[in-house]
Amino acid sequence: METALRPSPAPHAAPAASGAPLAVALDDVSISFAMKGQPVFKAVAPTSLHVREGEFVAIVGPTGCGKSTLLNATAGLLKPAGGKVAIFGEPLVGLNAQAGYLFQQDALMPWKTALDNVAIALEIGGTPRARALEQAQEWLTKVGLGRFGERYPHQLSGGQRKRVGLAQVLVRDPKILLMDEPFGPLDAQTRQIMGTLLLRLWAQDRKAVLFVTHDLEEAIALSDRVVIMSAGPEARIIGDFPIDLARPRDASEIRLDPRFHELHRQIWNQLKAEVAKTYGDITEGEEIAP
Amino acid sequence: MKTHPLKLLLLQVLVAIAVLGFWHVGATVPIGGKYLLPEFFFSTPLDVIKRVVELFVSGTIWKHLWITLTETVLAFIIGSVGGVLIGFWFARKPLLAAVFDPYVKMVNALPRVVLAPIFMLWLGLGIWSKVALGVTLVFFIVFFNVYQGVKEVSPVVLANARMMGMNERQLFRNVYWPSAMSWMFSSLHTAVGFALVGAVVGEYLGSAAGLGYLIHQAEGVFDVTGVFAGMFILAAFVLVIDWIVTRVENRLLVWRPQAASEQG
Repeated sequence: METALRPSPAPHAAPAASGAPLAVALDDVSISFAMKGQPVFKAVAPTSLHVREGEFVAIVGPTGCGKSTLLNATAGLLKPAGGKVAIFGEPLVGLNAQAGYLFQQDALMPWKTALDNVAIALEIGGTPRARALEQAQEWLTKVGLGRFGERYPHQLSGGQRKRVGLAQVLVRDPKILLMDEPFGPLDAQTRQIMGTLLLRLWAQDRKAVLFVTHDLEEAIALSDRVVIMSAGPEARIIGDFPIDLARPRDASEIRLDPRFHELHRQIWNQLKAEVAKTYGDITEGEEIAP
Repeated sequence: MKTHPLKLLLLQVLVAIAVLGFWHVGATVPIGGKYLLPEFFFSTPLDVIKRVVELFVSGTIWKHLWITLTETVLAFIIGSVGGVLIGFWFARKPLLAAVFDPYVKMVNALPRVVLAPIFMLWLGLGIWSKVALGVTLVFFIVFFNVYQGVKEVSPVVLANARMMGMNERQLFRNVYWPSAMSWMFSSLHTAVGFALVGAVVGEYLGSAAGLGYLIHQAEGVFDVTGVFAGMFILAAFVLVIDWIVTRVENRLLVWRPQAASEQG
């Protein structure tokens, strides 16, 4: 798509205004699950994480470390056991109305067409149907599915469904974007294309983004900051790296940048030990390749 | 492996011819002085076909078909509406469902035929006692499916709809209702079939019109030809209704992935 955009290191690096107000503030948030007949499972130890307006933050960690749990607490889908969640300075009560959430699994309503799936997001807010359909069509076009509006989710590929999901979230123009391994189920090629699409759409108004992934390369390619979480239980944040790659970026081409490799090596060294911990039983002492 | 449709049709017709041929020979050609299928008990295919044609030509059949159809449709509609309402209600109120659970199971465990005499006492020999019997059959199928449909809404779809800002009413309209409907329609064939079973069994046990009555009357006077003719018409009737249900289903569930083998 934007093959002309060759990221050159330097000009407007680190765009996340460090003085911008906080969009998301998690302070000493801990999360536990009570399961019948078992001791309380402490998924996340008291953790603090701040995301500023316009900042793209990626959370990376081994599978099952509680990164999604942290995201759900920010969305208001989950009540933390302790600590405070504040959205634009206000304590979060109930669901986070400022946030749009892109789920890892298919979350589209299978009984609605792609167009209706996007339009409903506006209609429930009181937008008249004609206007909602018009805007939905605009967004479908933006994600490259302008001609697929009449299709039902099962008639679309996994990548296309993700695009519809993205349109469904963005059409509401939320101030915060929460993404839970959104491109996880897609193949490597499609993931990079989706990454580039996401960056292009994000560049238009720079929402605050909290992006959960287990793929370090994806995290570096997309974000302004990469936060590393340790293996659970009692997961915590064990690293916070600013990503000073220039924007605008192309999610696949950026991977050829020498600075990208440098950052990758640096962060991987930290992550490696944690991954080993998760799979401790089978990889004890072995070197794990990235 | 795909068989050519024409070849398939030919084979299917061949089965019919073989069965009818065996029946005809058994009933009309004595083997060693004995009939394999005595006409008194088995009639003959030609007589049965003649009787079917007669019933249609004289027009007597239409009244009976109409009665049975009315009973079936009424039983289906009343049973479905009841099943959908109660199913939704129970699914959204777990305490209610828990309290009534043993009673629902108890009533559902009862063979419905034993209710027929009660309904006849209460509602008379007209169509309503048959409708009531059909309703008790249809209700439970629809009820269980809708209950399941509401309970098993994908949690991700639900969370997504909530994050979108849907209130309870909007969730009902856009998520719970379509999900429950998809479950209900998946049981449409069974539900319609049971509505018909209720109607015909009810008629058989006591009535003055309908396909069940027709068969019962013929049986009462040892008119085997009449019994077979009634059965034949009943089978054809079920096939037509089933075909209509399939059409309706395909229209209403376009959003569903279709198993490639089911539809041509």
